[in-house]
Amino acid sequence: MTTATLGGMPAITYNFAYLDEQTKRMIRRAILKAIAVPGYQVPFAAREMPMPYGWGTGGVQVTAAVLGPDDVLKVIDQGADDTTNAVAIRGFFEKTAGVATTTATTEATVIQTRHRIPETPLRDDQILVYQVPIPEPLRFLEPRETETRQMHALEEYGLMHVKLYEDIARHGHIATTYAYPVEVAGRYVMDPSPIPKFDNPKMDDCPALQLFGAGREKRIYAIPPHTRVRSLDFEDHPFEVQRFAQPCALCAARGVYLDEVILDDRGGRMFVCSDTDYCESRQAAGHRGEMAPPDAALPQPVSPRGEDATRVSDDASSDLSASARGRPAGAGAGAGTGAGTGAGGTEAGHD
Amino acid sequence: MTEQPLLIAETLGKNYGARIGCRDVALEVYPGEVLAVVGESGSGKSTLLGLLSTELEPSAGRVSYRLRDGSLRDLATLGAAERRLLMRTDWGFVRQNPADGLRMAVSAGGNVGERLMAVGRRHYGDIRTEALDWLGRVEIAADRIDDDPRSFSGGMRQRLQIARNLVTRPRLVFMDEPTGGLDVSVQARLLDLVRSLVSEMGLAVIIVTHDLAVARLLSHRMVVMRQGRVIETGLTDQVLDDPREPYTQLLVSSVLAA
Repeated sequence: MTTATLGGMPAITYNFAYLDEQTKRMIRRAILKAIAVPGYQVPFAAREMPMPYGWGTGGVQVTAAVLGPDDVLKVIDQGADDTTNAVAIRGFFEKTAGVATTTATTEATVIQTRHRIPETPLRDDQILVYQVPIPEPLRFLEPRETETRQMHALEEYGLMHVKLYEDIARHGHIATTYAYPVEVAGRYVMDPSPIPKFDNPKMDDCPALQLFGAGREKRIYAIPPHTRVRSLDFEDHPFEVQRFAQPCALCAARGVYLDEVILDDRGGRMFVCSDTDYCESRQAAGHRGEMAPPDAALPQPVSPRGEDATRVSDDASSDLSASARGRPAGAGAGAGTGAGTGAGGTEAGHD
Repeated sequence: MTEQPLLIAETLGKNYGARIGCRDVALEVYPGEVLAVVGESGSGKSTLLGLLSTELEPSAGRVSYRLRDGSLRDLATLGAAERRLLMRTDWGFVRQNPADGLRMAVSAGGNVGERLMAVGRRHYGDIRTEALDWLGRVEIAADRIDDDPRSFSGGMRQRLQIARNLVTRPRLVFMDEPTGGLDVSVQARLLDLVRSLVSEMGLAVIIVTHDLAVARLLSHRMVVMRQGRVIETGLTDQVLDDPREPYTQLLVSSVLAA
């Protein structure tokens, strides 16, 4: 229990992690079922949360149900720890659960994410919780929920390939760049939430438990650790991830997902890691991209808190601020468009 | 005919509450045969088609179908997965309104290719080649392959629907007023096309129509329905030229001469 006193007013108390225990039990049952049937969308009685739909109400409920007092929570939004959604949800659990939070992927035990998988490989003692706007991969092909459930039950997934066919017919290649459908454990076709397809291979055989929560749609689904996750494709148009021509402008990383950041109105731009923690760790380790600030301007140690996984206090936001990281202010979530993928990057899938 | 029937309906009936949809229908369809079901509006034609194609659950009787392996199966005993597989491989269903049978937001090529992908085909180039071939066979220009059916005329949509259904080379096709709402010249070309495809592929067809001219042109045999019952069956020419039942006589004499 955490309490806050408002100048003589009665203290506001929350149950651990906001939700009452019965609700958490209900959600845990749904999670267990989801783990037992990988990729299957389990309906659950999603609650109203103190945030609007589309801001991660599903992910927050899943996180609340799996969080324990000893957990260390990390929240990312489009890969960044310092955007509104991530800061707000981290603050929410600090206040209602009093758990330790972190921005370092390696220190976290529970990571709630909106639209990215961290670049640092996950471990078997970590849980990745996705915020899902639309859990039904067949939604835009077949609007009737009664029909799509039937299709899942009978494994009728020809329609999913019709969508990919349409992509190739219109664009010459599979132009779906985010929310790219996957087949889980050789059975259910699943929407991996609007992560860029760059992240799809990370879901395959991942040691961490992956949970997906859709609050508005009231569905939970899961990928148990070390499960086969295959991105759908055609024999003559195999699945490919986005590739970037240049490395990160700040940390010189290659083979990571980059955000395009517009610098001015004369066409100036830079490509930087969308995973801010990964980028900062690399810079702290001495990696320098071509637009990296001089050494003196960098935040000194890698962990802004100086010790492992302490709570983020209010003033901690200052060392997360954009200027300290050499990133132009307001460029947090980035344009999300990979080089060579044209329009239709991650941002187009805003929930 | 020495062959065994493809589809057998016995004492088939459907009630909508106290109202009768159709009642006590028995019929057989042989491979390669076109059977027309005629009758006025409300006579139970569409109900019968729904029952035969398992879209409706019968209140009485049963429908049996001979699978490709030669075994005759009661369709009610097939599992949902088996039944749906049958519907998208061995059967076709051409609907009166093409919007019900097509995906209007998907290109013509995607519409034709859907069934192929549904049965596991995963080679884009092959699927496209086959779609092009079928568009050619139903006289849709190859450069329309990436257009969606919303930009097609009524006749083109209906031809596309036929291509979409025939691409998996089904053995039995259900047609519900396929020429309804088309003007006569378009209708004539469509009928011509259906007739040549049917004979070329050896399709069995059950066609529901209120248009006796369509029935005469396409079908070998004919079933006349009234108030949910089959009142007369026979060879098409025989029924149309020498109708036995008073109602059939009325129906035949009601046809407008051009």
